[in-house]
Amino acid sequence: MPHADPRGVLTGVHFMDGDHAACEGALAAGARFAAGYPITPSTEIVERFAARIPTVGGVFIQMEDELAASIAIAGAVWAGAKAFTVTSGPGFSLMMEHIGFAVMTETPCVFMNVQRGGPSTGLPTLPAQADMMQARWGSHGDYEIIALSPNSPQECFDLAVRAFNLAEEFRVPVMLMMDEVVGHMTEKVVIPPAEQIEIYPRRHTRLPPGQYKPYAPGPDLVPEMAHAGEGYRFHVTGLTHDERGYPSMNAAAQDRLVKRLKAKITRAADRLACYEEEGTEDADVVVISYGITSRVAQRAVEMARARGVRVGRLRLITVWPFPTRQIRALARRVKALVVPELNLGQIVLEVERAAAGQAETISVPHAGGSVHAPEQILDAIMEVAK
Amino acid sequence: MTSQARDPAELGPRPEAEVPAESCDYQPENPVEQFLRTDRMPHIWCPGCGIGTTVNSFARALLEAKLDLDRVAVVSGIGCTGRVAGYVRLDSFHTTHGRAIPFATGLKLANPNLTVVVYSGDGDLFAIGGNHIIHAARRNLDLKVICVNNFVYGMTGGQLAPTTPVGALTTTTPYGCYEPAFNLPALMDAAGAVYVARWTSFHVRQLTRAMVDIFRKKGFCFIEVLTPCPSLFQRKNRMGEGLDAMKYYKEKSKVRHGAPTSEVGLTIDGDIIVGKFVDRERPEFLDLLRSQLAAQLGDRYVEVEHLVCS
Ligand SMILES: Cc1ncc(C[n+]2csc(CCOP(=O)(O)OP(=O)(O)O)c2C)c(N)n1
Ligand code: SF4
Repeated sequence: MPHADPRGVLTGVHFMDGDHAACEGALAAGARFAAGYPITPSTEIVERFAARIPTVGGVFIQMEDELAASIAIAGAVWAGAKAFTVTSGPGFSLMMEHIGFAVMTETPCVFMNVQRGGPSTGLPTLPAQADMMQARWGSHGDYEIIALSPNSPQECFDLAVRAFNLAEEFRVPVMLMMDEVVGHMTEKVVIPPAEQIEIYPRRHTRLPPGQYKPYAPGPDLVPEMAHAGEGYRFHVTGLTHDERGYPSMNAAAQDRLVKRLKAKITRAADRLACYEEEGTEDADVVVISYGITSRVAQRAVEMARARGVRVGRLRLITVWPFPTRQIRALARRVKALVVPELNLGQIVLEVERAAAGQAETISVPHAGGSVHAPEQILDAIMEVAK
Repeated sequence: MTSQARDPAELGPRPEAEVPAESCDYQPENPVEQFLRTDRMPHIWCPGCGIGTTVNSFARALLEAKLDLDRVAVVSGIGCTGRVAGYVRLDSFHTTHGRAIPFATGLKLANPNLTVVVYSGDGDLFAIGGNHIIHAARRNLDLKVICVNNFVYGMTGGQLAPTTPVGALTTTTPYGCYEPAFNLPALMDAAGAVYVARWTSFHVRQLTRAMVDIFRKKGFCFIEVLTPCPSLFQRKNRMGEGLDAMKYYKEKSKVRHGAPTSEVGLTIDGDIIVGKFVDRERPEFLDLLRSQLAAQLGDRYVEVEHLVCS
């Protein structure tokens, strides 16, 4: 893989918060266009981008709302740019139609959501992880996306880079699902030299105009792109379309297209699965968590071990597609899976589905506004370990 | 399209045999053929619909303006007019309902070398997309907006639009429209468009010329084209066929170039003021962006024309 354009890479050891680190990740990944609409607790990402991008070479535009921001990025991508938008709960709700548009038109782009408490205006300045299902299911129709969940500012950087790479590889919108705490906590962030950052390049067609079919998939089911202004004179539509990109409104075309859009992700699920596992080999209980909650869960696991419980932990880094096969294998080995999250039980449903009755699945819900107390998770562990 | 089967999107292209020869814009010897995706003909538009007529003017204007067609992109929203993007042999984007303008904004900002045309309906641009068009005009981003105004929502079967004149019947104002309509040229003028004109599908030559004008002008340009929707608006309001609409436009239109836009509002049976109302200079968005950043950042400002990734 080629590596990053050094102009966007702020190589060095920094102290920065997760929002700023995510912005640096985007710049390192080659994002040169961002459109946003201010919303707490995500605003620092676009503020930093607005300050940084003129010295890197690119454009930031503050749009009139999130509907506009979420489709302006698609326009920029079809002109050739790597692009992203940034938001939180209410804005994420407004962006749903354009997540579907990006899926349908196979527009590689990144949506960053710094989650806060909801529903509605909810808790603007306080954390939650309650948009995890929305990220997966929020737009209408059947589809797959990729979602990553960082648990530190360092990972906000690392996963922002990965989000752009996956978006390009699969031509799919990728969600970076942060939360208020991760977004606002300041920690050490190491940004490597540009030549150590691998970049997945745009899958641009090598075919000349005339031979190029915009939606003819390759062996991995992903078609190659062209950009406006290059002479291809192609058509892009959110309607169901054929390989030429022309609207094709019938059940057969729908079946072909929608199944391919889904399969290009599900077929790669094993390769996309990314999680951190510790102490699960001989565990009776495994705590499955993601994002900021994983840091509280770690404390709870340590406390439980001190009390003699054989408990391991698994942290999801890729949340979508959900690593069903891997969790199922884990469920066969353990007694119980404990799933704390800053919502009233979302990813626990996936864990339960994956476990398929092989292990007891315990939800440790939290309505958001703060993180769990480690004792809440500990209690759940102790209860199932009895 | 019949009134029972309302959504052409659901119908798909009509079988060839159903297209009456005289109503079809597609003629093999037509000089505008090179601009059309002839492999997608026949189109979905109804006989007598005015949208195709505007596309003819558009194609002729492209020819006349001698633009490099590889660098012209057409962006549409959703609606009968929104289908224009699918029929022009150019880089073309059929986006979401109301969002053609912000898509076009991203496209233009990432590649300013493109001539970006937004071609969409009055409902798409001014109801669901109303906020976007106001802001694009305020910014004076270099977009060429062609708004086909048929006074109604065509694609969904003839509902109220923000342009429906008071008194007109639509399927959602079955007792007559009582909502005041937008005066589109006045709105665009107030929001900051540098070029504002109105023509009808009867004024084929003037419309073509106006399109050539906006291809040559920098900044946010807006043309309103009044067109008949014989299947829905004309029929519901007993206004006859497409041809009757042409006679009506001919009779009622008064050319008043430079007319104050506050005076060009439309009523159900009043005069139709047409012409070029606004043609002025204002600094364009990208020029403003560049000069501000260059002034503030000096040598640190990295100006990139086309944001193309590797
Ligand atoms: C978000 C959303 N809401 C509603 C619709 C349904 N819809 C499709 S086209 C349209 C109105 C189009 O009217 P107009 O822009 O005037 O175009 P015309 O069909 O008259 O050319 C509507 C309401 C949609 N596609 N998307
Ligand atoms: S605008 Fe009216 S006449 Fe034209 S295609 Fe749509 S429904 Fe038919």
